[in-house]
Amino acid sequence: MSDRISVAKTYKLYIGGAFPRSESGRSYPVTDTKGAFLANAAHGSRKDARDAVTAARKAFGPWSGATAYNRGQVLYRVAEVLEGRREQFTTEVAVSEGVAVKKAQSLVDTAIDRWVWYAGWTDKIAAVLGSSNPVAGPYFSFSTPEPTGVVAVLAPQQSSLLGLVSVIAPVIASGNTCVVITSQDRPLPAITLSEVMATSDLPGGVVNIITGHAAEIAPWLASHADVNALDLTGAPESLRADLERSAAGTVKRVLRIRPDEDFTREPDLSRLRAYLETKTVWHPMGV
Amino acid sequence: MAAPTTLPSALADAVRDESSLRRFLHGLPGVDQVGVEQRAAGLGTRSIKKASKLHAIDLAISMVDLTTLEGADTPGKVRSLAAKARRPDPERPDVPQVAAVCVYPDMVKTAVDGLQGSGIGVASVATAFPSGRSTIDVKLADTRFAVEQGAAEVDMVIDRGAFLSGRYGLVFEEIVKVKEACGDAHLKVILETGELVTYDNVRRASWLALLAGGDFIKTSTGKVQPAATLPVTHVMLQAVRDWKTQTGELRGVKPAGGIRTTKDAIKYLVAVNEVAGPEWLDPHLFRFGASTLLNDLLMQRRTQLDGHYSGPDYVTVD
Amino acid sequence: MWEYAPAPESRAIANLKPNYRMFVDGEFVEGSGEPLKSINPGTEEVLAEVSTASKSDVDTAVTAARRAYDRVWSKMPGAERAKYIYRIARQIQERGRELAVLESLDNGKPIRESRDVDVPTAAAHFFYHAGWADKLSYAGYGPDPRPLGVAGQVIPWNFPLLMAAWKIAPALACGNTVVLKPAETTPLTALVLAEIIQQCELPPGVVNILPGAGDVGATLVEHPDVNKVAFTGSTEVGKIIQGNLAGTAKKLTLELGGKAANIVFDDAPLDQAVEGIVNGIFFNQGHVCCAGSRLLVQESVADELLEKLHARVSTLRVGDPLDKNTDVGAINSREQLTKIQELTESGEAEGAVRWTSSCPLPDKGFYFAPTVFSNVSQAMRIAREEIFGPVLSVLTFRTPEEAVAKANNTPYGLSAGVWTEKGSRILWMASKMRAGVVWSNTFNRFDPTAPFGGYQESGFGREGGRTGLEAYLDV
Repeated sequence: MSDRISVAKTYKLYIGGAFPRSESGRSYPVTDTKGAFLANAAHGSRKDARDAVTAARKAFGPWSGATAYNRGQVLYRVAEVLEGRREQFTTEVAVSEGVAVKKAQSLVDTAIDRWVWYAGWTDKIAAVLGSSNPVAGPYFSFSTPEPTGVVAVLAPQQSSLLGLVSVIAPVIASGNTCVVITSQDRPLPAITLSEVMATSDLPGGVVNIITGHAAEIAPWLASHADVNALDLTGAPESLRADLERSAAGTVKRVLRIRPDEDFTREPDLSRLRAYLETKTVWHPMGV
Repeated sequence: MAAPTTLPSALADAVRDESSLRRFLHGLPGVDQVGVEQRAAGLGTRSIKKASKLHAIDLAISMVDLTTLEGADTPGKVRSLAAKARRPDPERPDVPQVAAVCVYPDMVKTAVDGLQGSGIGVASVATAFPSGRSTIDVKLADTRFAVEQGAAEVDMVIDRGAFLSGRYGLVFEEIVKVKEACGDAHLKVILETGELVTYDNVRRASWLALLAGGDFIKTSTGKVQPAATLPVTHVMLQAVRDWKTQTGELRGVKPAGGIRTTKDAIKYLVAVNEVAGPEWLDPHLFRFGASTLLNDLLMQRRTQLDGHYSGPDYVTVD
Repeated sequence: MWEYAPAPESRAIANLKPNYRMFVDGEFVEGSGEPLKSINPGTEEVLAEVSTASKSDVDTAVTAARRAYDRVWSKMPGAERAKYIYRIARQIQERGRELAVLESLDNGKPIRESRDVDVPTAAAHFFYHAGWADKLSYAGYGPDPRPLGVAGQVIPWNFPLLMAAWKIAPALACGNTVVLKPAETTPLTALVLAEIIQQCELPPGVVNILPGAGDVGATLVEHPDVNKVAFTGSTEVGKIIQGNLAGTAKKLTLELGGKAANIVFDDAPLDQAVEGIVNGIFFNQGHVCCAGSRLLVQESVADELLEKLHARVSTLRVGDPLDKNTDVGAINSREQLTKIQELTESGEAEGAVRWTSSCPLPDKGFYFAPTVFSNVSQAMRIAREEIFGPVLSVLTFRTPEEAVAKANNTPYGLSAGVWTEKGSRILWMASKMRAGVVWSNTFNRFDPTAPFGGYQESGFGREGGRTGLEAYLDV
């Protein structure tokens, strides 16, 4: 008996909870670090990005309005499903990043743990970053962090899963929704991550994943008036200043590249804070 | 329940029966404590100087209900109060007369005699002042007695117990009956705001008294602390202003108790001017229930005119 | 009629000098820019001549600030920094009356406000932040959060001293040094603050104050040795600054324009709502980024509220900013007055119903009578653009959802007001407002302990509270 022929997977985009092909009909070959063909990935276009922003905006109200407990449950569920696909991710990370299986295993484990870490933050951010303000007058004043809105995330080009998870989880933990442009050369773990999201109670549109070229799509997201924040992490160096300038057109919050960013290190709150607004509410106290 | 005057239909509906009265009073817009106190404090920073101050002092003097309401009152004290009312500052005949002299019912006759020919009215407290704790018959008899003695104005107290327990109909009926008993005498309805505690209650009680036909709404008996305050008076001025908007009628406001200085009095006049409107800057529509205030007004008047500070020995103590 | 006699605060209290100089490296020095004349918008008279900074002066100031940062301020224990900042707070209180009169002269705001709001709140801001200087490790930014370096700060003309306090106090508390540019039309109180800073013996170069126009601000924020930029002003300029800082490592915070909705439900405490609406739009002549310039009234109380509002606005006394009885003072500049006039004309042209208070206006000076537009629709310019003047647009709504939709239908997101006696509705509305500050049953309250700042095109970053420290720390 001959070996069974496996069913090859078609890697598609993830927009609004569905898996469409790029509206442009384009795809591009993805190879391992040595150049061997792995798969064809959808080559996302500006119109795909536009559709993704629409989906993210639509999801923002319900997702930001969900209770923090509920968001925590959903995110924890994502971690559970991630765990179930541990082997698949290990294989994909190993071929995508050209690392040994053992190293890939460790990256995947850290990524899952990272997701769990952020999942636990959903119902603690307000207590840690909010405040009751002792104002000098007969008022009750409190401040509470609220999600910024729709975040365009340019995922790291190198760290295909751990980096990706590290930039997505803090965005959605606090109630934002996002449009993610994956690593151009290492998009496969991102597509698999979207399959995890699609099967783990995460409402469609909260995370939208587009494979393709950041250099081509990012300018459209940076200038998009319905995008509230921009994470430059995976932006090509030559484009960073232009993207930031473009983002200024609607006063977007821009998370710049941190030259020392190492995704294997224990994270702090800075990525959570980057996509939070503080809302201060006042009310008189009287009888 | 009988509406005392012809009211616009919305207000006539309000007094149709006890439950509509309750609905109406509870449907009035709330009063935010912090907001009204802030507004009162803000208006209190108005700086009234020179001619406008002198004008305010004379206006305030003409609005004083010169009051003595003590168990120890004597005919002699009431007579000297009447004399003071006629000529507040004997050395300065240009000082206006006060609006009225306010006494207990048994002193009305003495006060009327003392004020003969002056045009100054006598106001009498009545209805088991200050607590209001008696039967309606006694309250009506009290009122009739004061009017028979010659009182041109009656200052009644409401039944706060009934008001606070939500028996608005009872309070309403009492005011209507006392108003009837007053005949031609003007009726001031004392809300005793210090016992009503909240501004929401002050607003409801104000409307209740206006609906029942009170010519004036008055803050306090002077026997309960806190007595008149600026923010309470603000709420009452809003009530008469809104009453005018709805009915076209002008009703008066009388803060009483605790207003002792010219500075205080001027703050009240500013509130009258800017909350109710300049129309109310008239002794027919605004009064101060006070005893010691008058002397401070007189001293400040001298200071304004003489250009130096005056002293308490230069005004008469009665 | 009972007319209030004029009750002007004495101009002499301001200790006005004919000339003011910039403050660099601990000294008052002549700037090499073209001197400007600061005028009194209440009378159009020149108050003083003020030297301005040139490009090289900006460089000198930034160099002084860098030196002070490297050698003194960043090394000084927080407890010592705190005592300097406390000194400043106290001196502002001590010279409060002088500062208030000077502010009203230079800015045109009523003395009642400069005396009761601007100056005390400025002092409070220094006092509050002084206490943070030695407690930063408790602020939630790690065990030893570090300052950023030299802060370049550009502030507007609507609250000249208060904005200087909002900028300088947290910068110093966190260990940064400062180069601040006050607005072209209102440089005077910042320079008296410099005098206070000098008398408090702050080390030279820790605070530098450079008067000048927009070009000085642009030079400052683009200076390569500036690490932190804080700007309060128009969204238009904020965008330019953000764009110009693209690709640099400078940390930026922006506090920009607004078009706040003030929402009144039918169960609101109406008389206090009227006060809140008046305070919301006529406070400081409406020169307030968080002004409640769009009134959204529930249909069922719209007529009653509008009637009360007109009556109340009619009592506003417009005139001499130094008169203690003035409620609405002078528009800050002829340019701003023209802008307000132009926008109000557009309101009439677009079909809104204009009501303007019949209050008398002084013959000289820049004044604009309080104006209320009704029958306004969302599409009109007066409902969308920031007028920054005493002009209110009134719209109506039927359901809470409609109120939310209309309130949020703007690129801005600085503040919002909600008036209702129903507690659950307040909290629901507060959670739905896309705005950095929600005043419920009150409006225009400010406190150093309460973070302030915008969503969307109203800027980013917060000022005040623990949250406000982030803007001046390398975190």
